[in-house]
Amino acid sequence: MSELGRPRIFLVDDHAMFRSGVRAELGDAVDVIGEAEDVASAIELVNERVPDVVLLDVHLPGGGGQAVLHGVMPHHPEVQFLALSVSDAPEDVIAVIRAGARGYVTKTISGEELLRAVYRVGAGDAVFSPRLAGFVLDAFAGGAGGPEPPAGLDPDLDQLSPREREVLRLIARGYTYKEVARDLTISPKTVESHVSAVLRKLQLSTRHELAKWANDRRLV
Amino acid sequence: MLAGVCGGISLAAGIDVTLVRIGFVLLSLGSGVGVLVYALAWLLLPLQGETTTIFSRAVTDRRGIRLVIAIIPALVVVQIVAAALHIGYLGSFSWPVFLAAGGAILIRRNASEAERVWINDDLIPMLHTGADRHTRRTLIVRVALGIVLGVGGLLVLMLGHPSSAALRPVGGALLVIAAIVVVFGPWWLSLVRDLMSERQARAMAEERSQMAAHVHDSVLQTLALIQRSADDPQHVVRLARAQERELRSWLFEGRPPGTVGEEAKTLAEGIGLIQRLIEADHGIAVHVVVVGDCELTDGLRALLDASREAIVNAAKWSGAGQVSVYAEVERDAVMLYVRDRGQGFDPEAVPEDRQGIAQSIRARMTRFGGSVVIRSSVGEGAEVELSMPRRELVT
Repeated sequence: MSELGRPRIFLVDDHAMFRSGVRAELGDAVDVIGEAEDVASAIELVNERVPDVVLLDVHLPGGGGQAVLHGVMPHHPEVQFLALSVSDAPEDVIAVIRAGARGYVTKTISGEELLRAVYRVGAGDAVFSPRLAGFVLDAFAGGAGGPEPPAGLDPDLDQLSPREREVLRLIARGYTYKEVARDLTISPKTVESHVSAVLRKLQLSTRHELAKWANDRRLV
Repeated sequence: MLAGVCGGISLAAGIDVTLVRIGFVLLSLGSGVGVLVYALAWLLLPLQGETTTIFSRAVTDRRGIRLVIAIIPALVVVQIVAAALHIGYLGSFSWPVFLAAGGAILIRRNASEAERVWINDDLIPMLHTGADRHTRRTLIVRVALGIVLGVGGLLVLMLGHPSSAALRPVGGALLVIAAIVVVFGPWWLSLVRDLMSERQARAMAEERSQMAAHVHDSVLQTLALIQRSADDPQHVVRLARAQERELRSWLFEGRPPGTVGEEAKTLAEGIGLIQRLIEADHGIAVHVVVVGDCELTDGLRALLDASREAIVNAAKWSGAGQVSVYAEVERDAVMLYVRDRGQGFDPEAVPEDRQGIAQSIRARMTRFGGSVVIRSSVGEGAEVELSMPRRELVT
């Protein structure tokens, strides 16, 4: 973060229209320190300027958003990525999360919500859209309701706890973290930690569904 | 008086109708010829204002004749049985019964409209001897007939024809069975009839409630939309056209409006379809998250229709710009949540004229064993929780 408390933002998107739109929407609340429109220039500029948060388009020419993550994470693990996408296809979203993004939102998100997401990712928390919560519930089906999880899975990584499942369900239903906390009578901080735990599982689990989604990812 | 034969003759011959009637009565009392002549005249003389007679129509009624011919195998069977069992009277008795039945069929099919009404209303019920009219008398007649048949059966059992000693028990047993059928048959029939009419009434009530739900869904919704866009004539025309199309396809093609089960095969497809329709019609964003998927059953179609109703409700009344829909397929049930962040309402105080929730959603869900929970308070938005079991309840 800059000393003013304004997160330093870097925009990666191949649509100039979208980049300028995001700039205008975020306005003075953030400090936009650069833009890139393809994978190569994005990796180079992000590694050079080390922003707090990168807004990363999932569909990026030259390897997709995950290629940028692979090019930056080893050098600057402190940079946080928030993935944006128009498509909402699970294979896109899961692939970019597994490559290291801290959150995912759709491009139809309002400026206000985007700003909140940027702050949250900048603070090291996870950002789950209802859509992403739905994907995760789908991928981690089992336990309550679904079929039994296949044998040989690490329960710490490959299964959601009942509480995590509850939290994700409420997020999928459109509840904010604050509303989730009130509904489950836990603190917002606890909700955050549940979501972060889920994100970790999402990135590290070897569940077949997740691997498949990541592999099926169409490169645009 | 009966079929107007006397009146017809008196008109044609210029004799007073009373004289003709007296003549017929005398003929009938004498030898019964009068009855036969009367019946033949009824069949062979055209009705006033008509050119064809029942007889001439019956001769050309190919389907009727085919129907009569279709009874012949039954007659043959009866003849064979009668021959095998040496029950001569059964064989000779079956012929007149067959001829009478065939004649009755042809006459009924070819009688004039008014005569058919008379036959249906006054003659056919006599065969039923149901619980409606003449109960006492028919009961006595039936019991008497039953006793006669039963006693006859017992007599045959005990005496019988010497040459058919071995077959006596069979003939006797048949007569006893016939006696039981004669006495209890109408009661069984009336039981079955009661059962059927009860089922019919239930089906009709259900149909009515479904119809109310459909009309509410499609027509009333469209009317509300038209009122709201009164200053946009083109939009009004578009809405009216769409409604007309929908109503026509429902009335004339039997495709219920507001159902998404036709085009969609799975739950996720159905929700996607609803999302597109509502976003197009109501200009509100519908965010959909579906976890899992499954084939649509009748219950799940009802769930989709109910969810559509709930989303449209939110679009119309909440004032919110977006609605969140979350559906999850669980092992035994499908849960679906419709949430808005609008003005909210007090679920206890929904006015009567906004029957959407009460009628449409709840009735749809409970019909297939599902349930509805509505959570809302003023200023807090609203959430409708729908739950439908995946295996349909056997009713």
